[in-house]
This record gives sequence, C-alpha cells and structure tokens, in this order.
Amino acid sequence: MSLILLMSILNGLTLAALLFITASGLTLSFSLMRVVNLTHGAFYLAGGFVGLSVLKATESWIIAGLAGGLCMAALALFEERFLLRWARGNDLIETLVSLSIAIIIGDLILVIWGGYPKTIAIPQALGGAIKIPIINLPYPLYRIFMLGLAIVIIGGLWLFLKKTNFGITIRAGVDNFQMVSALGINVRRLFTSVFGLSGFLAGMAGVIGGTFMMLGIGEDWRILTLTLIVIIVGGMGSLGGTIVGALITGLIYSFATAFIPEFSLFVLFLPVAIILSIRPQGLFGKEV
Amino acid sequence: MTEFLLNICHLDAYYGKSHILQGIDLQVRSGELVVVVGRNGMGKTTLLRSVLGLSPVQRRGEIVFNGLETVKKLTHEIASMGVGYVPQGRLLFPSLTVDEHMQFVCRNKKKESRWTPEEVYNLFPELRQRARVNGGRLSGGEQQMLAIGRALVTNPLLLMMDEPSEGLAQIVIKRVEQVCRHLVSEGMAILLVEQNLEMAQGLADRAFIFYNGRIAYEAPGDTFRREREKVGSFLGI
Ligand SMILES: Nc1ncnc2c1ncn2[C@@H]1O[C@H](COP(=O)(O)OP(=O)(O)OP(=O)(O)O)[C@@H](O)[C@H]1O
Ligand SMILES: [Mg+2]
Repeated sequence: MSLILLMSILNGLTLAALLFITASGLTLSFSLMRVVNLTHGAFYLAGGFVGLSVLKATESWIIAGLAGGLCMAALALFEERFLLRWARGNDLIETLVSLSIAIIIGDLILVIWGGYPKTIAIPQALGGAIKIPIINLPYPLYRIFMLGLAIVIIGGLWLFLKKTNFGITIRAGVDNFQMVSALGINVRRLFTSVFGLSGFLAGMAGVIGGTFMMLGIGEDWRILTLTLIVIIVGGMGSLGGTIVGALITGLIYSFATAFIPEFSLFVLFLPVAIILSIRPQGLFGKEV
Repeated sequence: MTEFLLNICHLDAYYGKSHILQGIDLQVRSGELVVVVGRNGMGKTTLLRSVLGLSPVQRRGEIVFNGLETVKKLTHEIASMGVGYVPQGRLLFPSLTVDEHMQFVCRNKKKESRWTPEEVYNLFPELRQRARVNGGRLSGGEQQMLAIGRALVTNPLLLMMDEPSEGLAQIVIKRVEQVCRHLVSEGMAILLVEQNLEMAQGLADRAFIFYNGRIAYEAPGDTFRREREKVGSFLGI
C-alpha cells in the first residue's frame, strides 16, 4: 500500500515537471498575446516523434531532445509569423487557425509515423534503477533524470525571465505591450520569438514525455488538456502559479490513475471546478 | 521656412466610428516647450496617442517628425525615431523593478548617450535608493520620476508628457517643472499636456487649447500668460 503511495508521489512529480515545461510556454504566449494556442499539444507530440526519429539516426538522446525542440520552434515561428499575425486581434479566427494547424499536424504525424503508439528508448546510461535512500525503494534512474532535467529547465527559464534583457522585455510586455512598443521596442518580433520559445519547450517536452510515457495519436490532446488545467488552476501569466498548478495537476492525475483509473479525468476537473468557483483568475493569477 | 521637429497637419483621429480630433494643426520646434491644455475629454491624450500611432486610435492627415512622414509607420518605429512618451497615469510595469524599467529600454543604446540609467539616478537621486523595488510599490512622485526616466533613456528628441502633475503634491510638481526647464535648456523639445494651468503657464513657450477635438486657441507663451480671462473661459474657470 505505502509502496503504491510513494510511487504515485514520484510519478506525480515527474508528470508535474513535464507539465510545467509545456505549461510555461503556453502561459507565456497567452499572457503576452492573449491567444490560447491550441497547437501546443500537437507541438508536444510532433516534437516527440521528431526526437524518436533523430534518436534512431544519431543514437544521442540529447541531440534528439534538442532536435524535437528546434523543429517545433521553427514550426511555431512559421505559425505566428505567417498565420496568426495576420489574424491578430480577432480571437475567434486566431483560435480557429491554431486549432486547424493542430489537426493538420496530427494527420501528418499519422502519415509519417503511423498509428501505433511508440516509446522513445531510454538512454543506455540511464537504464536500471537506483535505490532511493531513507525509504530504500528502487526507482527507475531515467525518471529521476527526467525530474532533474525538468527542474534544470524550470531554473533556466526563471533565470532567463529575471536576468536577461529579453526576459525583462517579455515581463514588461505581459504587463503592457503597447507601452513597450511606445519605448521603441518591436513587439511584433517579441511576439514571434516568444511563440518560438514556447514551441521549443513543447517540442522538447515531447521528447522527455515520450521517453517515460507513450507517443501516440490522442496524446496531443491529452497533454493539451492537462496543460490547460495547469494554467487554469495556477492562473495565467504567473510562473510561480504554473509550478503550483503543475504540482496539483500532476499529483492528482497520478493518484487517480493509480487508485481510481476509471475516474481519473473526472477527479482532475474537480479541483478546476472548485478553484474556478472560488478564484476565477486561478490561484496565482492577476485579477482582470 | 523654419524646420519643425514635429509638424502635424490636418490631423483627424478616430476611435472606431467616433471622430475625436478634427483638423488639428500643431507644430513643435527643437528645444521648444509646447503646452496643450483643455478640459476633460477634449482629446489631449488622443493627440499624443495619435503621434505614436497607439491603437485603438486611427489617424488621418500628416504627421512629420524630424523630416519624415510617420502616419504609415508602426509605434515602435516612430518611438525609435526619437519620440519619448510619459503617459497619463504613468503606466509603469508592475512586475519590473525600477532598475529593470530602464535597463531593458536602453539595452541597444551606446554608452556615450546623454541619458543612461546612471544619469537618470543623478537627476532623481531618490530613485537610486529604490532601484530594486517594484514599480508598483513607489510613491506617486517616484512613479512619475520613473516614468520620466524610462522615457529619457530612449534618448528622445521630443518628450511627450501627459498630465505629469496629476495627483502629485505641490513640491513634486515644482520638481517636475524644474526638470522640464532643465531638459529644454539642454535642447530637448517637450510637448506637455497639462490640466494644471499654473504649471502650464509657467512653462509654455507656446500654448494650444483643445476644445471638443479642435484647437480653440493658440498663442505664444507670453500672450498665454497675459490673457487669463480668455484662457479661463475655454477651461471653464
Ligand atoms: N479607447 C477609447 N475608445 C473610444 N473613445 C475613447 C477612447 N479613449 C477616449 N475616448 C473618447 O475620446 C475623447 C477624448 O479623450 P481623451 O482621452 O483624448 O481626452 P483628454 O483630453 O485626454 O481628457 P483627460 O483630461 O480626462 O485625460 C473623449 O470623449 C473620450 O470619451
Ligand atoms: Mg488625457
């Protein structure tokens, strides 16, 4: 019993870390541009499959992760620059454009990689299990690695937003992008690059997620749903809120799948409903 | 002909279908302080937003800045031509510290520019102690100083200020007034929107009074200071 409990906690943490990476990109682009990018789940899945193929060719997991991220960054840059920018200001069209691209990418994945679920092979150096001290339980080494990698990415993102000029500009743009442009800064270019960054994070998350979960049709929408739950729970535009939202979502989902798998989605939407009825802006979101 | 730094001709400005500014002609020379006064809702802010092309204002007419037509340009292009903006209500960035407000703006500027964050701190020493404080935590006066500093580090040729005295104590208003004088003495042009008539009259090289989106009165500073009754009648005093 306590074994399942501990496993659920660890699995929940790993999922939370993964969801943080997908959610941070989505919440950045949303709070800057006010567009909910429904393509995000497709970026995740396509990034994972790109990583799968690159891993086969290069046998390097690191290169695979970067390739998944960079390909999706390129796709995201294209989407923002040539499709979304043209629809800017019209929420309905923007949402429809991002939805259509998600569907197209989903179909392309089916054509290129087929309909069978696949998994990215665990890097050899990370095979096997380690004993977790104190509780003395074996846990797969690569899952610990994924957790550590996600924490590094979280830290990197944090430093980037706090310390670099680009990060400061993004935060200023989230507060008031018109004022940023009135200071002589090209906000269109800012939008495009943040969209690219968001695509990069989603694509890389796909490679990470594809290594400890399945890559398959439908996974894009499942991850998108979980990511949206993270953002709704944590509140739009707050990195701290995204961390808490990812923890809540990851842990609940992991416990629910372990103990009451039939109800896992229902159990997930319960906190969403509760939080939205008490704090419509999410736990850490700013009031609108 | 005298070269105007900013030359606005037959400017019409709209919010959607409502026609706010109607046939505005207004000029600012280099090193000149031009004041725009008028009661609430007369279109003063709309004028400044039109110069920068900030949405949702739509504009028609001619706005030539430093010899170049700007009506077709984007906001950030116009701003980088040398237009600084201190908006009404300051519009600081709540998630940025005082330092960050200026740091990200002047990133690409050369070291030898007149206005660096360091120079802004010399101008407003009280900001230096607050460098790591978030913009939203400052007092009203400090907020206004930061809003001015943020515009200065873009090293503008023309500084547009929208009601900088709003909500400030008399001493702070005097400080802002001094700073304006100092900037003009260094050759900067200022387009100042003010409701505080005393401050406006104290500073104006030339003055315009807006009434329902039109220019109802235009005069050199001395005339503006002398014709108290006429000016008062437009402002409802
Ligand atoms: N975003 C907007 N959409 C529609 N109408 C607007 C908008 N902003 C301002 N207006 C209208 O345009 C007119 C001019 O407004 P503006 O803000 O330029 O006035 P102002 O002279 O700056 O007034 P104040 O002294 O109160 O700041 C007003 O009638 C106002 O109601
Ligand atoms: Mg105004």
